Amino acid sequence: MTKANTYVGSSMPRVEDQRLLTGKGEFIDDVQLPGMLNAAVFRSSMAHAIVRRIDTSEARALPGVVAVLSAADLPRPIPRIPIRIAPIEGAERFLQPVIAEGCVRYVGEPLAIVLAESQELAEDALDRIEVDFEPLDPVSGIGDARRNATLLHPEAGTNLVADYQVTRGDPAMADDAALYRRTESFRIQRHTAVPMETRGLVAQWDAGQGRLTVRGAAKVPFFIRNHLARMLGLAQEMVELIELDVGGGFGVRGEFYPEDFLVPFASRAVGRPVKWIEDRREHFMATAHSREMECSLEIACTSEGRIIALRGEIAADLGAYVSPTGPIVPSRAAQFLAGPYHVPVLDLHVVAALSSRTPVGSYRGPGRFEAAFFRERLMDMAARDLGIAPDEFRRMNLIAASDLPYSIGQLVPYEGPASYDTGDYRAVFDRCLEDFGWAERRKLDGREVAGRLHGLGLACVIDSSGAGPGEHACLYLQQDGNVRVHVGSSALGQGIETTFTQIVADELGLHPERIRICHGSTSLLDEGHGSFHSRSLIMGGNAIVVAARALRDAIRNAAAARFGCTGDEIRLQDGRACKAEGQSTAFADLAPLEGRGSFGGAEKPFGYGTHVAHVAVDVGTGHVEIVDYLAVEDAGRIVNPAIVRGQKIGAIVQGLGGALLEHLVYDDEAQLRTASLADYMLPTAADFPQLDAVTLALAPTPRNPLGVKGAGEDAIAGPGAAVANAVAAALSRYGVEPKELPLDPPRIWALLAAAAARACR
Amino acid sequence: MADPRLVNLTVNGRMVAVSVEPRRSLADCLRHDLRLTGTHIGCEHGICGACTVLVDGAAVRACLMLAVQVEGRAIATVEGLAGAAALGPLQESFRRHHALQCGFCTPGILMSAHALLSAEPKADRARVIEVLSGHLCRCTGYLPIVEAILDAREAYLCGAAEPAGKGK
Amino acid sequence: MKFPPFEFHRPGDLPEAVDLLLSYDGEALPLAGGQSLLPMMAFRLVAPKALIDLSAIPGLDGIELNGDSLRLGALVRWCDVLCSPVIANAHPLLVEAVRHVAHYQVRNRGTLGGSLAHADAAAEFPAICLVSDAMIDVVGRDGKRCIAARDFLLGAMETDLREGELVAAVRFPIWPAGRLWHFREFARRSGDFALAGVAMYCDPDRQAGVCRNWHIACFGLGEVAQRVDAVEAFLEAKPADTAHIREAVLIAQRHLVADGDIHAPAGYRKALATELLGRGLNEVFKAVAGGDG
Repeated sequence: MTKANTYVGSSMPRVEDQRLLTGKGEFIDDVQLPGMLNAAVFRSSMAHAIVRRIDTSEARALPGVVAVLSAADLPRPIPRIPIRIAPIEGAERFLQPVIAEGCVRYVGEPLAIVLAESQELAEDALDRIEVDFEPLDPVSGIGDARRNATLLHPEAGTNLVADYQVTRGDPAMADDAALYRRTESFRIQRHTAVPMETRGLVAQWDAGQGRLTVRGAAKVPFFIRNHLARMLGLAQEMVELIELDVGGGFGVRGEFYPEDFLVPFASRAVGRPVKWIEDRREHFMATAHSREMECSLEIACTSEGRIIALRGEIAADLGAYVSPTGPIVPSRAAQFLAGPYHVPVLDLHVVAALSSRTPVGSYRGPGRFEAAFFRERLMDMAARDLGIAPDEFRRMNLIAASDLPYSIGQLVPYEGPASYDTGDYRAVFDRCLEDFGWAERRKLDGREVAGRLHGLGLACVIDSSGAGPGEHACLYLQQDGNVRVHVGSSALGQGIETTFTQIVADELGLHPERIRICHGSTSLLDEGHGSFHSRSLIMGGNAIVVAARALRDAIRNAAAARFGCTGDEIRLQDGRACKAEGQSTAFADLAPLEGRGSFGGAEKPFGYGTHVAHVAVDVGTGHVEIVDYLAVEDAGRIVNPAIVRGQKIGAIVQGLGGALLEHLVYDDEAQLRTASLADYMLPTAADFPQLDAVTLALAPTPRNPLGVKGAGEDAIAGPGAAVANAVAAALSRYGVEPKELPLDPPRIWALLAAAAARACR
Repeated sequence: MADPRLVNLTVNGRMVAVSVEPRRSLADCLRHDLRLTGTHIGCEHGICGACTVLVDGAAVRACLMLAVQVEGRAIATVEGLAGAAALGPLQESFRRHHALQCGFCTPGILMSAHALLSAEPKADRARVIEVLSGHLCRCTGYLPIVEAILDAREAYLCGAAEPAGKGK
Repeated sequence: MKFPPFEFHRPGDLPEAVDLLLSYDGEALPLAGGQSLLPMMAFRLVAPKALIDLSAIPGLDGIELNGDSLRLGALVRWCDVLCSPVIANAHPLLVEAVRHVAHYQVRNRGTLGGSLAHADAAAEFPAICLVSDAMIDVVGRDGKRCIAARDFLLGAMETDLREGELVAAVRFPIWPAGRLWHFREFARRSGDFALAGVAMYCDPDRQAGVCRNWHIACFGLGEVAQRVDAVEAFLEAKPADTAHIREAVLIAQRHLVADGDIHAPAGYRKALATELLGRGLNEVFKAVAGGDG
């Protein structure tokens, strides 16, 4: 056997960092090819309109402009963008064409693409394109959409993409008149991921070979490759997607965007390489939005506080089209509405509606952030009504360790039943409260200190991870004794080159410097599925484990043949295959060898944890300060603690942004009013300087060989709920109950004003 | 369109002349004309800070300067930060503290931090946060970046780091 | 978001700059620090035919304390204000306000003159000019003229500058010893434009326990920074007590004009401004009582 783990479990510095710290990373805009043109996309300025005519003649006449392509220049039928995950029945009626044809349905929808000798010229040309629009009424929001007065896709006869019921237990049980019940309505604002690098592509058509190369792939390169090849009428092997360094993803790179077709198509049309880099303004209207959702929810409990039922309705705004990931958002919100609690009866109506806004897709923890906010807010209100402390209420309702695995039933229409796997929800809950000093701090609840009101809020979260098809890995032992790893996972900044290196180093007894992780490009493997749903380590990592063990056996067998013994007698250490009595040979002498492996198909593991927020609210300004924040979560097993901590802290700050700052604001004409980083407010270093995240390796999952659970997403689920509960606690003397995010100063002010008006009546 | 102009400047200690349209931003000039692609562009309207470089030692947004404005000036970019070493002390501290994830915002942050610590090697946590608040990072939540910068102060205090703007 | 095309000139003196501006018939813009103008050009909200770079004009970055005034050249940068021992003594309120201007990196480029000519409703410097009765020296085709800040700031991004005119310097009246001052603003995040802010000063008469010569301006809530003359008049020589603060806040509520936008409704901004005013007065009154200037 190999010696005990050395690298897995250590906070090894990241192998990615040397290049990124010295400016030698290669991001998409760093690519420069001979003869390359720059592209700019002409986008709709109208939210909903008939397109009577597009006049590109003046733009074409501008010196340096090579081509302007609009719907008229594309083959018929115009390709439609497919659904990738969450295939809700009927959603295929609302797919987006890769370029608007005849009608635009949101501000930012592509109408034409300009190719020019420089980016500056391409943008100059945009100013010279004229469109004759016939305005239609916009569908502005969920309520408007449900009225179906204006139809975005008249041929479908409705604006509703999904309209279904999920149930577990016997809903009649909740009708018992002796039960306490309360119904409330909640709302989450539209916001999104905003990675620091915008999207971008460089497409290169090789007419001689009939071959297309696209750089700038991210997250799901094989999915893009497969559909791009189909749309262009090319064989899959003639289309190559190459992943470079990627500046953050957080969900929104998991779509097939119109530009994913338009840029390669344009390169083929003009026979030159084409670069397109999304600018920040268009990013806000062209890259997926998320989170916009309303929920009306009833809780029913016994007088002692045991939850019997959660019943109600979730309604999500999916924007103008069903994106490749859109339906995941409401369906996961429904699935996770009960969270880590024992809720015998769940009865939810799920509605997904279209509006004249940017299409909605997955953003880190899709549906989980929303579900936690709805549930945890209502739980605090119920606990207060029942005179039960919020921690006691949760402790009594958390699923007991002895009840795991716990079947949650079939709560999404496109998946079978699921079950929570391992853990000790109450132990992690207690650990969080103890580490935070809950009991002592709780004395501050609702108290005024130095002019500000303090409050504490709790939220318990749970999240699945590692969904979708399996992943594949191939390990090559090279002549130089180094091991090259090809894996279908994709890097978005989460450090998979490091974690995968750690795994291989331990499995093979090889120094990390001798291991190179190659990922994400379609040329590396026949098939791959990329990174989403916190699956890189679960799917890619475990595929690498399987492949590494295959390579290990191959090395042993090769060494055994050389030493005339059996493979069992060979030990791998420091890049050498060693026989017991001192004989050894370097891996290099046994090369080339390879090991292949796949992992997938198993049930998902579920990470979980508790978040607690301590806020101070300035009643005069409406400002909410995060005095302190702690999350304690269980990841099952941890490969690199510093990387996991980075994921958790980063996710919490993103979640705090959603709780307090971030909001994609539309006006009545469905114009996006927050298309800059001055107006869309991301957290800065000064906003949330005091917080911590503790990740435990308490209960490894039996659902994969490494025992790991996803660590990238679940921590974003807590902040909206915990902060809102803390604000409610701080403002309890006014009876303020936040039901909508973000809790920005004007909203706090309005809540207080409403409370004052109530008090006067 | 205005005619290109020749601009003379020093970049990371090397004198260069570059012909640019007046509208060329310093960020685009560094990236596309001089092929120093370590300086990243994240917003082009002066908010995100990814493009931060040093002009005569002062940290500035390279997207909010024109290349024609840096005639005769000394520019320092992330490519010059390590000097002859594999990593300079600030970069080493970032690596040690896992102060980056995707790394896109990192070059700009390194340049601001380098300018700060070169001028104020005893900068306290509040000052570090103040300067860092001129940058957006979507991955890290900033905490490890603050720790990394604080931890690098020692190297600047004892002169192990090169002064801002000199480059190699 | 590349800049639209423009011609670029770097004149060596003010008359040349003025001539250049005039030669473009109002379609050229002066370029100082560029920290407000260039973002607007990146969004193509403005597309001047030419930019006239003022950086080579000598003498525009001076910080001078004369007998009766503090004179700051138009190209003095925020970072210069923050590290100037002269300004620290001669206008501490200005220094405090500048700490709130944007971020470190922007403060290394942004200039006083640029901020004043840009005249953003939420910018700190125009408010400081207004509250301080600053005089703006401008240069144009007909030579120099001096404009009181109150007359210079006309509206949102609207000033009294005529075609071809440039801000050359800002002059602040001398700051007497013992003056009490307060600056406070509230923004969503540090470095953002304030949702509302207040700047004030007065000269205490410690023996009488009162303050005279009140100067108070609120900014960020309307189209332009606002002097609240009615409050200034009310507070003149009033005893430093909470009843007078309450009354002053009520007067301010009647006089301040607020607008709403996507970041905050008008009602909130007005409530915020008066809240900040009340807090500021409280601090100043405490200082009168405590005697710490």
